[in-house]
Order: sequence, then structure tokens, then C-alpha cells
Amino acid sequence: MSANSERRVVVTGLGATTPVGGTMTETWESILAGRSGARPLPQEWLDEYELPVTFAATLQTKPSEVLPKVEVRRNDPAGQYALIASREAWADAGIENVNPERFGVAIGTGIGGVWTLLDQWDVLKEKGPRRVFPLAVPMLMPNGPAAAVSLDLSARAGAHCPVSACASGAEGMGLAAKMIRDGRADVMVAGGTEAAMHPLPLAAFSQMKALSTRNDDPTAASRPYDINRDGFVMGEGAAMMVLESEEHALARGARIYAYLSGVGMSSDAYHITAGEPNGEGAARAMVEAVEDGGQQLSDVKHINAHATSTPVGDLAETKAINRAFGDLTPGIPVTATKSMTGHLLGAAGALEALITVLSVYHRTVPAAINLVDKDPEINLDVVTGEARALPDGDITALNNSFGFGGANVALTFRSV
Amino acid sequence: MALNENEILAGLAEIVNEETGVETDAVEMDKSFTEDLDIDSLSMMTIVVNAEDKFGVRIPDDEVKNLTHVRDAVNFINSNQG
Repeated sequence: MSANSERRVVVTGLGATTPVGGTMTETWESILAGRSGARPLPQEWLDEYELPVTFAATLQTKPSEVLPKVEVRRNDPAGQYALIASREAWADAGIENVNPERFGVAIGTGIGGVWTLLDQWDVLKEKGPRRVFPLAVPMLMPNGPAAAVSLDLSARAGAHCPVSACASGAEGMGLAAKMIRDGRADVMVAGGTEAAMHPLPLAAFSQMKALSTRNDDPTAASRPYDINRDGFVMGEGAAMMVLESEEHALARGARIYAYLSGVGMSSDAYHITAGEPNGEGAARAMVEAVEDGGQQLSDVKHINAHATSTPVGDLAETKAINRAFGDLTPGIPVTATKSMTGHLLGAAGALEALITVLSVYHRTVPAAINLVDKDPEINLDVVTGEARALPDGDITALNNSFGFGGANVALTFRSV
Repeated sequence: MALNENEILAGLAEIVNEETGVETDAVEMDKSFTEDLDIDSLSMMTIVVNAEDKFGVRIPDDEVKNLTHVRDAVNFINSNQG
């Protein structure tokens, strides 16, 4: 935590719906077991649109299996996922009483209600303006999920939606932590949600050559750091954490998973999509996060990397880690959980932050899968094969998230 | 063949339930859409459009503000169904 702040931020609740689990508990078990969430896309999409990529990491549990029919109807999938994840996180935190005016929401998304936007455009063309759903605007607006969660939980200190592409979820958590530190809130639900599993975003990412085309072997397609990596696997889902001021959590005797100890953010101003190849901006975010937590680089005992499995991105992040940590780099176990979950875009940083929290809490780093033939330019200690134990005592782990537009967000989580 | 009042009420109740989750039994003739059933103007627009499809009537936007109670909607549909 920064020297000028007296309020420390703790993590007391976790929730998620992901390609490898309908809850955070299921997701964590799948990740420890090395399961991939990649599966074939609906056949009709492939037939109708001739998509060059025929698989993705789609949700394991459909929202319609969990939510009442009316909530499914009145929320974009991005909002549905956010509701599912935030309710799990809220129940997990077990908060019985909170002052609504001291309770806020910060839920990022990369793309927002793209499904509603495109679906309602079809409705307009096919059936005319009177058939356009009156809730289309609140469903497609990026802050729709944050608003839905704030309504659901009666959070009145603010309902924010940071948008920074694939760093959005991490930025939501960073913003939430800063709100608590600044005294604007005692409790926050924070994270990210993304539901862009639609032929258009799939086609657009394909056109950027950002997606893996390993159509004959989907579960092996997301392979960060492997010499044969060829792009990311598109994912979807949501991940949320309940953050509290330490004082608030201690007063109610809460179970504390970890401190959200530091937040670092920067922007590259280099290229609209490519990260700066030497990792200068990303390294600044990492160092800033560690310093923001009042810590030393040598305190970092684990990194959950952004590691999307693109040839360029994984290498740039590796350079950034080396730039930030220097000689300490080889001693830091790194994992790349997108190898299993795929890339949840605006929810990715949030999900990986949750995994990082559980890694600290259980002192266990889950292994990355599909790393068969390591790229010789990657000099990181990537955890593969079996999970790796983290040391006892005071430990800190760092999580990176980077987004199109040059956004870099690093978060640190410290053991209790 | 034209539907009778009870059939229209039952059909309308299904639409209301689908859109808002209000139980079909609660959709009674003397209930107010806003006061009793807690239906906002956005949901009302969807209910109107779905009712048009279901009952083959056209409910002009100007008319919607007059449909304050379930009975008003049932009566309008009853006297305008094709």
C-alpha cells in the first residue's frame, strides 16, 4: 500500500462463470486439473459464416441454467454473466450488513453488449423499429453490467465501468481498490465481464490474425510460450471479487483471502493494437504496482502472466518482466492460465486476478498446459506439469493485463 | 375466430409473465399495470408489441397511455381483434 494511505484493501469474496466452470470453485478445480475450456463453435455459425476459426472457449454453464427467465431476457449476456459471478462473490464474502452509500461497483468490459447490438440490428432490418427491444440501450451500453449488479445488490457509492479492452477487468479491480483507499467506499464488487461470442467479433479477431487456427486440436490451441503458439483462443465469462477495507472486514470477522496491495497502470502510446515490443510500458506498470504496495521487487514470488499465446505478445511480456525484475526474473514462477480458460478479453484480467488470489491463499501455482516445446526466447520459469507450491511467510504475487489501445494494468496480491 | 375476454386475459397474462416474471394468476382485470404489477413503461412497450403479434391487433403508441389497467388492454384487444 502507498505511504500516503492508511486504508488497506482486502479480498473477501470470489465469484466467476468461465469456460472451465460455472462457479469460481469449479473453475479453480478445473485449472488445478489442467482442463481446457476450448470446444467447437455452433455448426450453424461455421456453415453460415465460414469462420476461419471453428472453436472457442465458450461458457461451461449456460446462464439460462442458473438465472430466472426474465433476467436472461432483460440482460445482455455480458450482464447475465456479471450477475452470476457477483452473486457468487457476494455470497462467498458473507456480508450481512453494509451501508449502501459506502458500497460500490466497478465492473469493466472490453466490448460491452455486442450481442444485443447486433441482434437488435437484425430485428430492425427484419421486423422494423417497433419490434426493437425497448431495453436494447441499457443492454448494449458497456456500463449495463455494472448497473445491473449495483441494482441487484443495492450498491450506491458508484457503479463504474472502466473500458480498456483486455485490461478492463483488472482496471475495474484497481479502480475499486483506489475507491476504498480514498475513502469513497468500504466495500466494492469489482471485476470484469465479456460476452463477445458472436460471429462478428470472431471474424474481426480472425482478420487481425490474432486467433489460433488450430482447428484440428482446440484444447491444444492456447499454448502460451510454446514455440508453436499461433494466437489466442477467444473466451467469454465474468469474474468478480468483493473488496473491503481491512477495517470493515476485520470488524465483521471476515475470511480474508489476500490483500489487494498494489495497483500499477500505464499506457504505451506506441500502436493501436500491438504492445510496445520491449515492454517498457508494461514494465512500468509492474514496478508501479509493487511500489504502490510499499514493497520491493524481491517480494514478488509469483507472476500470473497476461500470456495470451500470440507469438508477439508473449515475447513482449517476457521482455517486460525481465525489464522490471532484472536478475530476479529466473527465480519467479510464472503461470499462464489462458492456456486453459482461453482469453476472456475484458474479463480476462479479473479472472486471472482471482486465480492469483487463490494461488496466494492456497500457496499453489497452477501449471500452464500445452507448453510442449518452449520458445528459446522465453527465459521465464513457467510452471508446467504439476502445480508448484509457494513458500510460507509473507508473499506477494503479481498479475498482468494488457489491452488494445496500449493499456497496461498490474495488480499485486499479498498474503495475509 | 375471435377470442373471448377470458382467453384474451389468459394470453395477456402469459405475455406479462414472460416479460416481467409476474405470475399469470396476478394479472387480473382490475389490476393497474404500474401500481399493482410494477410494470414500467419500457416493459409496457414490449408487452404491447407482443400483444399485437399474439392477437393480430394494432395498438397505436397514443393508445398505450390509456391502457392503465389490465381491463383496458383486454377491452381494447377485444374490440379491435381481426
